[in-house]
Amino acid sequence: MEEVPQECPGTGSAQAGRGASCQGCPNQRLCASGAGAAPDPAIEEIKEKMKTVKHKILVLSGKGGVGKSTLSAHLAHGLAEDENTQVALLDIDICGPSVPKIMGLEGEQVHQSGSGWSPVYVEDNLGVMSVGFLLSSPDDAVIWRGPRKNGMIKQFLRDVDWGEVDYLIVDTPPGTSDEHLSVVQYLSAANIDGVVIVTTPQEVSLQDVRKEINFCHKVKLPLIGVVENMSSFVCPRCKKESQIFPPTTGGAEAMCQDLQIPLLGRVPLDPQIGVRAFCHRHPSHEEEQRSTS
Amino acid sequence: MPALCGGPRSQTTPRLPWTCSPRPISGRGACWVPVPTAPVPPAPGNLSGVRHILLVLSGKGGVGKSTLCAQLALALRHEGKKVGVLDVDLCGPSVPRMLGAQGSAVHQCDSGWVPVYMDQEQSVALMSVGFLLEKPDEALVWRGPKKNALIQQFVSDVAWGELDFLVVDTPPGTSDEHLSVVEALRSHQPLGALLVTTPQAVAVGDVRRELTFCRKTGLRVVGVVENMSGFACPHCSECTNVFSTGGGEELARHAGVPFLGSVPLDPQLARSLEEGGDFMRDFPGSPAYPALAAIARKILDAAQAPGPG
Repeated sequence: MEEVPQECPGTGSAQAGRGASCQGCPNQRLCASGAGAAPDPAIEEIKEKMKTVKHKILVLSGKGGVGKSTLSAHLAHGLAEDENTQVALLDIDICGPSVPKIMGLEGEQVHQSGSGWSPVYVEDNLGVMSVGFLLSSPDDAVIWRGPRKNGMIKQFLRDVDWGEVDYLIVDTPPGTSDEHLSVVQYLSAANIDGVVIVTTPQEVSLQDVRKEINFCHKVKLPLIGVVENMSSFVCPRCKKESQIFPPTTGGAEAMCQDLQIPLLGRVPLDPQIGVRAFCHRHPSHEEEQRSTS
Repeated sequence: MPALCGGPRSQTTPRLPWTCSPRPISGRGACWVPVPTAPVPPAPGNLSGVRHILLVLSGKGGVGKSTLCAQLALALRHEGKKVGVLDVDLCGPSVPRMLGAQGSAVHQCDSGWVPVYMDQEQSVALMSVGFLLEKPDEALVWRGPKKNALIQQFVSDVAWGELDFLVVDTPPGTSDEHLSVVEALRSHQPLGALLVTTPQAVAVGDVRRELTFCRKTGLRVVGVVENMSGFACPHCSECTNVFSTGGGEELARHAGVPFLGSVPLDPQLARSLEEGGDFMRDFPGSPAYPALAAIARKILDAAQAPGPG
């Protein structure tokens, strides 16, 4: 039975492999060689690349299906309404890339140039990148474990030729795992401006979202605020309001008050968002765009 | 950034008697993979008493996988079956709250870990990382290898006992958790996978990829369920297709797999899930009940039919 040191300094620490508590640890030689402490050279390369990107915003949620990709797309389009604002939308949901479909860009392919991969432009001032553009069929599954996904994210940040960009919006998968750690790690030298958290009103979502907020605190990501999506539903026939996802614990408003985080806005359930690839000029989304800019 | 190894007293280490065994990953240095301190004696197999294993999958998040797992467990229990629910969504474990078991603790016995029972009759047994966290808001910030190790333990070290069904709830995607749980369960010949989608194209697009995952890993698809299929206004009864319509049935037809049914949006179901209530017992008149009961019967039929798994 292997013994673990009671006071393991951590593989990234200066004391890794060298502390008194490391004696007899099976990994001592590996840690002492500096393998755990050496930073990935890509971090500096990405820092250089990101010098042309003024603002970087992550869209996160602990919970799936709350509308991260929908909000990311609307935010990107809203910011790009000003022709002089250059916007980039990066989709790092490797297993479930929704952004191409939502942006009406399915079937588009990525091209390589001398300066790297070219994003797919939906407007002159709005470029998009997603693993969805690298798959040849809608049935293709990306069945990758963490390290391969991390490699893809590194390439997206380092090898895509974004050019001069005012806003980079990063759409993420749900959770607090490889993709999230990687994007934070790779952008660590490039400064992330902030995070927009998306939730729906019910506690089943909020309990996951609180974990995501804790993740943000742990990795020192500034929080711009929370958007509550699918807040209510207005019947198109009788115009009466129903709450399909009841906020049994007070919804995002109560959580935001509790955690002292701004509530950026509430977006109602709108069947048009499900039917059409992109719902332009929704008033609630414009509210978020003003808050986030 | 968080260090690769948080150390034995790290905030992200669950409160289990674990020690760490080094397994370097990808040339990035050591990655501590947790193993139990007390070696678990080789039992005949903690899954040997489980008759049917059903995985609930979806490429897409938020379509109702955990909801389906919980309601299926309740429906099967009301049919007199003994059911287990294994929640391998480590980042967002919803099962404890949905089945009213939040705050319960996991204990150890000679054969491994004792699942959390919903009731005194022990008709529904649960295991989730949600039971292992010090605080409910604690984020499990783990990369793949640590998640894989825990999933393997959930499969081999939980003393499920005699069960008619083990329903496995998964996170969205086709990644570490899915590969690990399919590999760990392979020798136990699962009944198959139930795929959950919502009607709109964005969801169906991800579920198509999940179907490919099932094909590539040799996992039989028992059927497709379309959730959040329409909303009947409680004021005027007008039915609105909030998330579009028809995608699930079309997907099943395209893939050549059975379509098991459409479950409408039902605020009473949403409320039951929030409160950890027994929707299948308490609300037989609610819009979602008939579809859920029918899906459970189809699962029972599939389990009784001769064939693989």
